[in-house]
Formats: sequence, C-alpha cells, structure tokens
Amino acid sequence: MTARVNWAQFIPLVTSEPSLAALGLSLRTSAASTVLCALLGVPLALVLARSRFPGQRLLRSLVLLPLVLPPVVGGIALLYTFGRRGLIGSSLSVLGIQIAFSTTAVVLAQTFVALPFLVVSLEGSLRTAGHRYEAAAATLGAKPGIVLRRITLPLVLPGLVSGAVLSFARSLGEFGATLTFAGSLEGVTRTLPLEIYLQRETDPDTAVALSLVLVFIAVAVVGISFRRTAPRLPAAMMKP
Amino acid sequence: MTFTISAGVAARALEVSLRVDDGETVAVLGPNGSGKSTLLAVIAGLLRPSSGRAELDGRVLFDYGRTVADDGRPHGGGAAGRSAGAAGPSAPFQRTAAQWVPPYDRKIALLAQEPLLFPHLSVLENVAFGPRSAGAGRADARQTARHWLVEVEALELASRRPGELSGGQAQRIALARALAAEPDLLLLDEPMAALDIAVAPLLRKLLKRVLAGRRSIIVTHDVVDALVLADRVVVLEGGKIVEEGPTRRVLERPQSRFAAGLAGLNQVTGTVTGHGIITASGMSITGPPDGAAVLGEAGVAVFRPSDVSVFRDPVHGSPRNAFEVSISDLEPHGDQIRIRAGGLAADVTLSAAAELDLTAGSVVYFVVKSAAVRVFPAKVFPVKAH
Repeated sequence: MTARVNWAQFIPLVTSEPSLAALGLSLRTSAASTVLCALLGVPLALVLARSRFPGQRLLRSLVLLPLVLPPVVGGIALLYTFGRRGLIGSSLSVLGIQIAFSTTAVVLAQTFVALPFLVVSLEGSLRTAGHRYEAAAATLGAKPGIVLRRITLPLVLPGLVSGAVLSFARSLGEFGATLTFAGSLEGVTRTLPLEIYLQRETDPDTAVALSLVLVFIAVAVVGISFRRTAPRLPAAMMKP
Repeated sequence: MTFTISAGVAARALEVSLRVDDGETVAVLGPNGSGKSTLLAVIAGLLRPSSGRAELDGRVLFDYGRTVADDGRPHGGGAAGRSAGAAGPSAPFQRTAAQWVPPYDRKIALLAQEPLLFPHLSVLENVAFGPRSAGAGRADARQTARHWLVEVEALELASRRPGELSGGQAQRIALARALAAEPDLLLLDEPMAALDIAVAPLLRKLLKRVLAGRRSIIVTHDVVDALVLADRVVVLEGGKIVEEGPTRRVLERPQSRFAAGLAGLNQVTGTVTGHGIITASGMSITGPPDGAAVLGEAGVAVFRPSDVSVFRDPVHGSPRNAFEVSISDLEPHGDQIRIRAGGLAADVTLSAAAELDLTAGSVVYFVVKSAAVRVFPAKVFPVKAH
C-alpha cells in the first residue's frame, strides 16, 4: 500500500477539508464511544466476573453478540431501536430528540461494536486478579466502594487500558453499523472509513493516503496497548 | 468482653462452638481438611455459615437462628433489629440471616498464609490501608502505619513495593497491616506455613510479642506455634472439635490421636480396667491409672515412642505390654529410626533396626513397660458452647 501512496501529494491530500473533517469526526466519536464503553463496560465486567445470578450466561452472550454479528446487521438493529419509528426512537422523537443519522448515532454504533472488546478484556483481568485482595481489603475494614476504587480498579488497570485501547481502535475502524444507522453526512456522520470508501471511487490517491493514516493510528494504538499490558518483571528481579 | 461463635457450614460438614476471652490467644490445630480455614472464613465474614450465631463483645456478627449446637437458651438482649418472625421457634431450618454483618464492619482482621499485600501500593500505604478505610486522614493514617511498622521492626521498608520484599518481610508487613486496622479479634491462618524454615522463628518471636494480651485465633499445624503463642488449644477433626484445653494440658494428656501425634506420643483409647485399659478390639494395656480414672469408663493410655522396644519374637514375663503389629513405614527421626505400625510408633537406634532387619510389612512385637504407660480418663467433648 505504501508503494501506491502519492507521497508528493500526501500532506495536501490528508489535510484537505473533507479529510480533516472525517479524521476529526472519527477521533472525536471514537473517544466518546470509548468513554461510553468504559462507563457501560466496567459495571458489566464487574457483574459478569464477580457475581452469580440467573441469566448471567444470557447477559454474557448478549454482550458478546456484536463480536460475531455482521456490523450491518447491528446497524439495522440499532436503526429499528433508535430510528424515528423505532422501539425507543419513537418515544424520543416525541420529545424532539432525533438520534438516527446524527453524530450521536455514530457514537452509539461504535459503542455497540466496541463494547465487547472492553468487557472481555476487563473480565479476564478481573478473573485473573481473583478476589483474594478484595477479601483482604474487606477484613481491613474497607467498604465495597473503597475496595473498588483503591484495590479492584488499580489492580485491573492494565486490562482496563488495553480494553479501552482495543475499543478505541474498533470504534475508529467501524464502518457497516455507522453507515446503516448514521448515514454518511460530511462533518456529521462521515467518519474516516466512510470517507475512504467514498474517495476510492473518485480520488484513489486520497483514499490510499487516508488509509495509511489509519494504519499509522492502528500501529500506534497496538504499540501503546502492548507496552501497557506486557508482563512486567517484579522490580526485585530487575535489580542487578 | 468475649467472642463466641457457634456455627455450622453444611457444605463442609463443619459444626463448631468456640469462645475466646479478651486478651486470649487460642490455637486451632487439626489435620488438613479438618475445617480450620473454613472456620476462620466464617468468623471473618468471608463465608456464610448455614446456621449458627456469633457475637463479638456484645455485637452480633451473624445470627442464622437455632443450630444443632444451640443449647436452647434464648438469644436475648440488644437484638432490637431482629424481626419477631425471624426469632420465632417455628423456623428451625431457616437459611436467611436474621442478622448478618459484612466483613468490613466486623473489626476482625485476617492474616493469611500468603501476605496478600496490595501490589500497587507501597509498604507504608499497605499498612495505612486499614486506618484510611476507617476514615482517618492521609497524614494520620501514615502516622499509624509508621507506628506499626516500628512494632514489626520494618520501618526501613516503608517506601518499598511489595514485589521488592522477601517472604518473611512481606509477612511482617502483612501483620503490621492487620494490626493497624485495630481489630477486636485477630485471625491468623497458618502465618508461618509459606515461610522459609530459617525465617519462621523470627516471625514467631514477633508474633509472641504482639499477640500478648491480644485476642486472637491462630490456625496452625505446628505444635511449636501452639506452645509458644497460645494460651489454649482447640483440636479440630472432621469439622468437629474433638479436644480443647490449656496448651500444656492438651499436650501432656492428649485425648485425640491428632493431639497425641503433635505431642509425639502413642495413644490408645479404651475402657478403664483395674490395671490399665482395654480397647474396643479387646487388646489390654496395663499401666498405672491416675487418680481420676474411673473403673469402667472411657480412658486413654499414652506412652512415648522411645519407651517402645521392638522384637522379632513374642516376649513374655514382667509387667509388660506387647502388641503384634505389621510395620507400615520407617523414617529417620533424629539419630534414630521411627517405626510406624498399627497406628503406633516406636523409636529404635539405627543399629537395632539393621540387626532386626526391619522393612515395611514385617511383623514385629512392640513392647512397652507398664511403668512407661500413663492412663487417664477420656473426656467427652460435646459440640456445645461452654
């Protein structure tokens, strides 16, 4: 792909107004959906890893469903839920709130497909960490809120960070659900992958240049994620 | 000012009643799987019992209604929060807790086999965790933490991370952390088990100092811990208390085979006769019964493995006991060989063992002089609070 890039025009191509608008929108919506994933995913992972209740397997299956569901199907599901005549959308449109084909829809679509990455990563970390530290903290007089804030979350921070990074990356690359649920309005819902797809028809040079930008971001994201989650040697072992 | 528990855990076949007075250290001894750690988990609130009640200085820790161990006296006093329905005698098998205090409100700290120091906090912050959780300010909590680090002689480790500590250091910090929480009851679950054999005596010395006058329960299977640290021992076997009493008395006059094993004694139970005891299988052991032994009642005979002589052929004459046994195993024991056979042990010298050509499976005669046997009455330990 790098061989096909028009390097002489690379900077002007990726800094053209539509490109920058798409890149900016992508970064903003992905950041927003990562935050939303964390807000929804942390409690979900805690519930899945730390408690037992009837219907738990069903809940886990539902959370993991977007991993195996074609994104377009996810987009259609979202459309029929939040669309103008959708299950929830119809009530919201009465209140004058329009979700489908808005930037909010982009964030929702990205959250939908990216949530399982955070939940799976965090649940794994929680299970690995076990609850023995939490039990020790409780016998020292720490209430559940303190245990969560001072013990559980710091212990699973690497898992949370790598889960968030994976969610961000998945959000950044999201295409099918976004197109179906949010459409492709420049500056509003046209994220970088949509822009690349559209430019491919008319201006392949821009498409390839923008693709390369996404590759850079992906490599950076994986690099950061790996560095944060690589097993660290105990400090004592690193001393000479 | 006492701690009392009478609890059952049906899933683990545990049924225990225990009382620890203020300032008293009780050692819980028992073989693996006897329910020692389960008992501590129930007391700490990490495991819900299926029945029973526990109280610490008048505070109810849990109350699941009547238990098998219940002696029938009504639970009264200070139970303002209990609903009338839960207290009714019509629900003998109720499973829901009329009262349940979560672990963080019990003021019971647990020092486990592994130190479980929080890996992301410094040593000082680990020790300050209890005071901080109790609502102390950062500076006050650190001051308390430093005090307890001095107590365990580890102030110089304050800025280290748990990953930079040796096993013995980590366990000392864990002790400081448990003490800094100012528990009303300190639980210790084999605190020396995971330590180097060279480090354990240091921690034991430290424990002896900090446990003095502190109400605590220590689970151990090391008789030295019981002797050095505990005022009283409780022997748990198969989820039941089979023996309890002051440490020295339990070791001198063991009622249970486990306690006899800890004290390094052979033990045989049976019925007291005029000149010793007779076992259920009809084997007679002669020995001078002590004054308390009552004719016809259950009795215990103990004798030292070193008082047992081993012969290849039957021996007769003089007031001796002889048991025909088949050797189950031989192991070095100090500068002697310990022979285990038929649930008894005998210590013989290496040369004697070689001369007799002893191997596992050989049939030999264990002979012990009557004068070396002590006979005392067996006590019955009902599953019941004092």
